[in-house]
Amino acid sequence: MKDVMLTVEGNKALTKDVYKMTLYGDCSDITAPGQFINIKIDGLYLRRPISVCDMNWNELTIIYKVVGKGTEALSKMVKGMEIQALTGLGNGYDMADAGDKPLLIGGGVGVPPLYNLARLLIEKKVKPTVILGFNKKDEIFYKKEFEKLGCEVRVTTVDGSEGTKGFVTDAFPEDYTYTYCCGPEPMLKAVYKTAKTSGQYSFEERMGCGFGACMGCSCKTITGYKRICKDGPVLRKEEILWED
Amino acid sequence: MGRLSVNLCGIELDNPVIPASGTFGYGYEFADYYDINCLGTFSFKGTTKEPHFGNPTPRIAECTNGLINSIGLQNPGVDKVISEELPKLKKCFKKPVMANVSGFAVEDFAFTCEKLDKEEQVGWLEVNVSCPNVHGGGMAFGTNAETAASVVSAVKKVTKKPVIIKLSPNVTDIVTIAKACEAAGADGISLINTLLGMRINLKTRKPVVANKMGGFSGPAIFPVAVRMVYQVANAVKVPVVGMGGVSSAEDVIEMMLSGATAVEVGAANLVDPLASKKIIEDLPKTLDKYGIDNIKDIIGGVN
Repeated sequence: MKDVMLTVEGNKALTKDVYKMTLYGDCSDITAPGQFINIKIDGLYLRRPISVCDMNWNELTIIYKVVGKGTEALSKMVKGMEIQALTGLGNGYDMADAGDKPLLIGGGVGVPPLYNLARLLIEKKVKPTVILGFNKKDEIFYKKEFEKLGCEVRVTTVDGSEGTKGFVTDAFPEDYTYTYCCGPEPMLKAVYKTAKTSGQYSFEERMGCGFGACMGCSCKTITGYKRICKDGPVLRKEEILWED
Repeated sequence: MGRLSVNLCGIELDNPVIPASGTFGYGYEFADYYDINCLGTFSFKGTTKEPHFGNPTPRIAECTNGLINSIGLQNPGVDKVISEELPKLKKCFKKPVMANVSGFAVEDFAFTCEKLDKEEQVGWLEVNVSCPNVHGGGMAFGTNAETAASVVSAVKKVTKKPVIIKLSPNVTDIVTIAKACEAAGADGISLINTLLGMRINLKTRKPVVANKMGGFSGPAIFPVAVRMVYQVANAVKVPVVGMGGVSSAEDVIEMMLSGATAVEVGAANLVDPLASKKIIEDLPKTLDKYGIDNIKDIIGGVN
């Protein structure tokens, strides 16, 4: 974990309320796909955790949806402005279990962290199949970016306005070696029930500190209490305990 | 004895800055980021007789200049704290630590304190009768002078270590409670715990935290804390540990002027993991700025 100053390189809308921000600065503490950064925002007390979409040397990409005051403030930032962020938070995905045909599943703003994972898998000569789930056509983002990496991309929309009509579980391929996913909890639960393989699931929870101190984001797992920010956000399928 | 040192219940602190319970885990996690031996001491995560998961999530709500938490005393229980957490702490912290203890019945407090009394590294027992996040325990003790005093008496019987009682601000008369605890043998008084608060999400019209209410902390509560520390410090002879929204070296000085012998830093650690370290580093030049030679000289120095 490192508290760094990052400079905004770009910040543009991908859809009506989803933005892509590129940042320049010290990314040396980011060591795995699926980690997040915790951003200090003027006028707000708590930092805002946002997953890393991609990272390359000193350049970082985040994709976020405007849902409240914090993300709204972020959406108004322009090139040259600086943000303070704690970087390298969370465990991230472990690529060692991928096998030769991993399946990556993202729902809505759960899609971004899978991009870095997909790119790093392809660097290892592993070609993932990617399912991107959205509500409707005008909410879709990053389909082309995944295709450019060389992934097989399947899109689902709840209303059928593009790709397969329905949920991510309606577009599962026959054959895959492992599952990596990130998205809203109902989607994670559906994937958990449908997937034939083991996998890693990235969870979201309201956080206080983002680095394991406050116990604000605790959850129960088969292997004990875990903090989503520090012991997660990625949990292995075998340890997930669903609470209704 | 440097210009920052203070004496808290017979134990010398290199400086008066103490990360508050619940914002600093069991210490060793912050040791990954800096040498925590720079701290006066710290108060570890509230520990109970049995393990507790705490409240359902979400447990956190943003507020203007602060936050609401409803953790609910999540901790692995005193036995595991002794067998697993303290050995990890021993490797990175060479000073006496403040053990924060909570409970749901008078006997629970005594049970946990008796076990922690045997731990060499524990310097003080900070007995928390003020957690707003547990039903039927915690704050129920701290909002009544007699029950708060009964916890002090029970704990004093099982330990020779200094007992600091941590009080709630959610009361009509803090002074009466503080005096009752002093009369029951408390060696020190720490305050304030969080203020009971609540936020509502305008879109869902539901409370932001699952437990509906939680403890409000952060810079927004600092004036309330200064006021209550002042009231209590003027009414008791035992040392007072002041806390509530402290975020800077200047806040430390203000809290000490109001009567605190030492100062805990809470919420600030959650937004900046280096907050306590930075405050300590800023203290000498801040003392210079206000013409203070020795920090001990300003305790209760409000004119």
